[in-house]
Amino acid sequence: MGKLVLAEGGEFVPPGAKDFFLPPIFGGVTKPMVLLVLSVLIVAAFFLVATRNLKLVPGKFQFAAESVYNFGRNSIAREQIGAKDFRPFVPLILALFTFILVNNLFGIIPFIQFPTFAHIGFPLALSVLVVYPVYHGVGFRRHGFVGYFKHQCFPPGAPWWVYILLAPIEFFQKFVLNPFTLAIRVFAAMFAGHLLLLVFTLAGEYLLLNGGGLLKLVSPVSFAVAIALTFLEALIQVLQAYIFALLSASYIGMALAEDH
Amino acid sequence: MNPTSYLAAEAPNPVLPHPSEIILGLIAFLLLLFVLQKFVSPRFEKLYAERAERIEGGIAKAEASQAEAQRVLQEYKAQLAEARAEAARIRDDARAEGQAIVDEMREQAQTESARIVAQGQAQLAAQKAQIVAELRADLGRMAVDLAGRVVGESLEDEARRRGTVDRFLDELDAVSAPAGK
Repeated sequence: MGKLVLAEGGEFVPPGAKDFFLPPIFGGVTKPMVLLVLSVLIVAAFFLVATRNLKLVPGKFQFAAESVYNFGRNSIAREQIGAKDFRPFVPLILALFTFILVNNLFGIIPFIQFPTFAHIGFPLALSVLVVYPVYHGVGFRRHGFVGYFKHQCFPPGAPWWVYILLAPIEFFQKFVLNPFTLAIRVFAAMFAGHLLLLVFTLAGEYLLLNGGGLLKLVSPVSFAVAIALTFLEALIQVLQAYIFALLSASYIGMALAEDH
Repeated sequence: MNPTSYLAAEAPNPVLPHPSEIILGLIAFLLLLFVLQKFVSPRFEKLYAERAERIEGGIAKAEASQAEAQRVLQEYKAQLAEARAEAARIRDDARAEGQAIVDEMREQAQTESARIVAQGQAQLAAQKAQIVAELRADLGRMAVDLAGRVVGESLEDEARRRGTVDRFLDELDAVSAPAGK
């Protein structure tokens, strides 16, 4: 789009929300949809190939896959849910982490360069339709219907009059707010990050092509900042995937905990 | 074509989700979750269990072999002690036996020598008795002969009749015997 703008040779048009909604590739299929399916294929293929012939003494590839699996299993799931209950949730946490990680990294991979989760529909699908039902589901099953509400809304150790304030807040946070904050956190980070990269890249390009005289010299600075921001984005993308998986595991852990 | 106006007309609110994206996101994720749950996780867990078992098995095996070594060492020590005791016992036995043999031999030799001495003494006594008997007979006859010649008549019959010579010799014996002792 930026090129189109520049081809006109007109005024610099700063990137905005419109740049996240490119016209469909064909039919109703858009770029993020294709990328999403691609990410599923990548993650599934990676793990299926890596686990096809597991050895007690791992090779390089198996070691890499094991490291990823162990990160999701031990560092996230076991830490947050506890050694007693974490086993059944390992695939969920691992899937969340790897799925979001690959989709986020699409934002800085050349030619792909679009973080899928900058479209809020995808993180919402994960948080509201997957994580939310799972952690409340296991909570209800563990503590019973009334017991779970009491468990979630009345954390022990407070004087009775505090509960007048605390219980509604806890309820609102855990049953209404959590899934949305979870989704918005990764969405906003991806959206803002991609926008930042767009601003500096387009600005650099515009300055180079349309800038008069000395202004052309500022263009490399803009590109340099864009490159630096790309590294920052890489960090943020990994971090956001980690945080999403970590918080999901933490919610499950809290729902299952015997007491707070 | 003016891209600004084209996009401005399109630009939706980025905070409002598209239902199609929610559905696709859900399905894609559930597919991935299914694959991880069905194939990947069990394989890894199996591997880990195997690995843990292998390590624990190795430790158990090392412990077992150590215990075995300890047991063999104890056995060996016990055998050694037993062998030492056995050797000491055999030595004592041999000494006692040797002593017994020496004693027995000595006794035997003493018995034998005593027997030989006794036998010699008996033989001597027998020979002496025989010689004495012979001498006595000869002496009698010679004495009678001599006496016959001296007296001039045969005393033989008379002497035999009266046992003179024997009586005389007995008397001699009786006289000489205390002296001989």
